[in-house]
Amino acid sequence: MSKSSVAVIDYGMGNLHSVASALEKVGDGVKVMVTDCPETILSADRVIFPGVGAIRDCMAELKSRGLDEVIQEVAAQKPLLGICLGMQALLENSEENGGVECLDVLPGAVKFFGSDLRDSTGGRLKVPHMGWNNVVQAIEHPLWAGIPDASRFYFVHSYYVDAPEFVAGSCDYGVQVHAALACENVFAVQFHPEKSGDMGLRLLSNFLNWDRPAAFFPVTD
Amino acid sequence: MALAKRIIPCLDVDKGRVVKGVNFVGIRDAGDPVEVAKRYNEQGADEITFLDITATHEGRETTAHIVEQIATEVFIPLTVGGGIREIKDIRAMLNAGADKVGINSAAIHRPDFVKEAADRFGSQCIVIAIDAKRVADEADGRPRWEIFTHGGRKPTGINAVEWAIKMVNNGAGEVLLTSMDGDGTKAGYDLALTRAISDAVPVPVIASGGVGNLDHMVEGIIEGRADAVLAASIFHFGEYTVPEAKAYMAARGIEVRL
Repeated sequence: MSKSSVAVIDYGMGNLHSVASALEKVGDGVKVMVTDCPETILSADRVIFPGVGAIRDCMAELKSRGLDEVIQEVAAQKPLLGICLGMQALLENSEENGGVECLDVLPGAVKFFGSDLRDSTGGRLKVPHMGWNNVVQAIEHPLWAGIPDASRFYFVHSYYVDAPEFVAGSCDYGVQVHAALACENVFAVQFHPEKSGDMGLRLLSNFLNWDRPAAFFPVTD
Repeated sequence: MALAKRIIPCLDVDKGRVVKGVNFVGIRDAGDPVEVAKRYNEQGADEITFLDITATHEGRETTAHIVEQIATEVFIPLTVGGGIREIKDIRAMLNAGADKVGINSAAIHRPDFVKEAADRFGSQCIVIAIDAKRVADEADGRPRWEIFTHGGRKPTGINAVEWAIKMVNNGAGEVLLTSMDGDGTKAGYDLALTRAISDAVPVPVIASGGVGNLDHMVEGIIEGRADAVLAASIFHFGEYTVPEAKAYMAARGIEVRL
């Protein structure tokens, strides 16, 4: 890998220590910049947009720092990985906090799991969806390289992504959770790769090695 | 293909040392929490929980430093409990690399603390830690459990099931439920208590206190309806490994991450 740079967007939503540590672990000398500076973000070779917490606060923090437009600009230019709340913020809107308009980088909505979520046998499912669940890959993609289909990743969320297209992976939790989306140079995941052990580290490593937008290849049987 | 039930080794840390652990084969310093955490990670633990039982402020800084070291090498969720009394304690642990913090007695002194913490950091990182004991039955004959503090010595008179509901309503995203009757006995989790609380709250419940063998873990999940099982001594003393526990649970139809 070339000694490229990756910006981790720091907008006050959650602890970014783990994301930065994981990138340093797999980065082989990559320059990891945890920053809210628009110029730094725009100058990086690739960008990670993480986040935990509530979407209203997330959007407010982004706007107050002028980062909403920065992220939209990044999404049009260079590899961008959205993680958890960062993924949700890339969609059109979210039901959380009474309804919040998001960045509209990817089509789709963020919905609440509901208060009476059931599995296929009628068993009650807890919310938040917390723990390790299988992600079934819907497409071939450079970010899935070396990651077996249906590998488990660590999730923690109460709202889930429902997208009409660009689904790269999904998981079952009472509803079909669109756990990964891929569109040109944007990849977004609901799970936490920085907390998903070896498979998560592999996905981050793949992101750091991902130079060109992938073509969109649906898996066919 | 479903959400896995979690197995969570717990390290009791005092002044920078794991205090229940001895006798790890192949590890020279059995009491080093960083080494122990790395070993559990390699074994496939789904999360790791640290309970800081150090009484002093300096000791807690040591724990934060340990968490920081672990978080640069172990990429699974880390929970830290013990001595979390103020917002700044939570921030310090999250900044050190913890993903979740457990709040116990501070919530009893000031129930709004959980609400403030969840508002500030999000419910996903606030765990309400409940230490409960069975007491005399309710007038109608139903069992009753109450919250105890000071290692199970001091009763509070608070109904444990009602307390769990209240704390989840205040924003706690998970319940770490320890049976003080079971703790250290190796007689198994208090299954009736675990089930009562798991059925009462919408969030995940971690069963703790009393595990002595792998059947106890299976019972905790199936009869107690826990979403995760926490254990300390059966792993520390090398009686069982995490992979053995997972294989045993999987053979009994429980979804685990292998």
